[in-house]
Amino acid sequence: MNIRNITDKFFHYFFLVSGVSAIGILFAIFVMLAMNGLQTFTDVSISQFFLSTRWNPSAFGEPSYGILSLVVSSIMVTLGAMVIAVPLGIGTAAYLSEIAPPFLRETLKPVVEILAGIPSVVVGFFGIVFLGPLIADVFNLTSGLNALNGSILLAIMALPTIVSVSEDAIRSVPKDFKEASYALGVNRWLTLVKITLPAASSGIVAAVMLGIGRAIGETMTVLMATGNALQMPGSFFDSVRTMTANIAIELGEVPFGTTHYFGLFAVGLVLFFMSLAVNLTAEHFTKKYRRYRT
Amino acid sequence: MINACKKLTLSGLVSLVVVVGLFFGCGSGEKRADRAHIQINGSDTEVNLVQSLAEFYMDKNPNARIAVTGGGSGTGIAAIINGQTDIANSSRSMRESELEQARQRGVEPLPIVFAMDGLAVVTHENNPINSLTIDQVASIYRGEILNWGEVGGPDQAITLYGRQSNSGTYVYFREHVVKGDYSGRMRNMNGTAQIVEAVRNDVAGIGYVGIGYIADHEGTVISRINVVNIAADENSPAVSPLDPENVMSGDYPISRPLYQYTNGMPEGDMLAFIRWELSEEGQQVVARSGYYPVSNNYMQLNRELGIIE
Repeated sequence: MNIRNITDKFFHYFFLVSGVSAIGILFAIFVMLAMNGLQTFTDVSISQFFLSTRWNPSAFGEPSYGILSLVVSSIMVTLGAMVIAVPLGIGTAAYLSEIAPPFLRETLKPVVEILAGIPSVVVGFFGIVFLGPLIADVFNLTSGLNALNGSILLAIMALPTIVSVSEDAIRSVPKDFKEASYALGVNRWLTLVKITLPAASSGIVAAVMLGIGRAIGETMTVLMATGNALQMPGSFFDSVRTMTANIAIELGEVPFGTTHYFGLFAVGLVLFFMSLAVNLTAEHFTKKYRRYRT
Repeated sequence: MINACKKLTLSGLVSLVVVVGLFFGCGSGEKRADRAHIQINGSDTEVNLVQSLAEFYMDKNPNARIAVTGGGSGTGIAAIINGQTDIANSSRSMRESELEQARQRGVEPLPIVFAMDGLAVVTHENNPINSLTIDQVASIYRGEILNWGEVGGPDQAITLYGRQSNSGTYVYFREHVVKGDYSGRMRNMNGTAQIVEAVRNDVAGIGYVGIGYIADHEGTVISRINVVNIAADENSPAVSPLDPENVMSGDYPISRPLYQYTNGMPEGDMLAFIRWELSEEGQQVVARSGYYPVSNNYMQLNRELGIIE
């Protein structure tokens, strides 16, 4: 045994532990969420939990634990964000990789990525003081703290992920495809829409999924900008309370070991599964896209 | 070679232990050195008031160190139950279940009333409604009255603003005014300042806030806000919380005591600070911050607790 062998061994195990610890941590979080969350169902029926629209654990009268309106709020805000961010993000990505001159691309891409570095509380603040009054003005509402506000802010926050990942996907479409298209006399626009984008589609879908993952888990921004009303939202002009915001609002004061406490873990568990599904879908498409590249 | 290796691993182990030790050692050491003498945590309504009191007190007593943070009454109460704070600010009294929990953990919460608050109902300055009865306010917040037209205002849907459930003001207002569940349409704002900001920008808005957030000691209200006069019932006159007399006499129907909870009888620096808060000088600071001095009956309760003579 010489010292080199030992160093080798040491680093072998060091990296092994680092790699495995990620799985361990994920597993521990899941177990913790499940152990606490599932205890909710000793007091609350599963159908009430998933189908009732009334979440009011610290009620004046009878407490109720229905997460439907929270789930709908989360999905609504996230989908709204995607409606805005997906066309904008793919457009930006297509422009960056296909049309922009190199120097512009070299400046634009880092700028888009800086967007990802803005703290969510700052984005939320922007939503309260600027976007809220603007929305109220434009749509002639009395208050701009609503689902639309949250959607726009989440779109801004998901944009860097979508642009960055789909730009990579578009850029890695083999040159031959485009050249073949040009050789047949097809113009640039049609080549982009009919050849390049479809060829990059699995990468773009992965980008969108990652964007959804970013949006659905965001907490501070929606907590500040959507008003957090507990009703079942009827439209994008209604105030909504997302699952993340609900946990953030209530976990600070909830007495340990009560149904309310476990209920918040159950909400977290549902959220965990939702983002797991989104991430697995993203992973599936990323794999497809990698296979396609090689 | 083997020896060298052993040495290496040994020294590595030793340094690991030292580093870990330092990490934990430093952690606790730092905590002790940096820890303010008195930690106060809780009510968002009270945080600015207590901060003013603490600053004034620290100017007079350079040795005193007081740290004040907000987070909501529920947060403060949870902190005193868990032994994480010296004084819990709370704008509501502790629930029986909370007292029970505290006792289980060997904490004996002592309620001290150090100021009074008129809970103001506020609207946008362009809202023509100047007075409401308690019942009307309650119906509005329960979601039974949906339009300003129903209480004599313009035909416009009401936007409700309230606090989040960790707020003592949220609980107090629900228990003493709404007497039912808040409407699901109520927007749950993060803090009192956010309610004020929202109502200033919303012609159809209504909110409830601690008086100190919207008025100074002369009763001057901040811009673009209208403070609604409140009547106890249809036959009583509607009175304004801006007049200290109304709040202290109890004519204003939503006046409430502001609490500080300690674990058992405070001693030393903490007792000195609380006594000073209740002194004439302290109560003047309370009044200057837009809140009201403790009324005689609550002062008597403090006396019975043995806080003051």
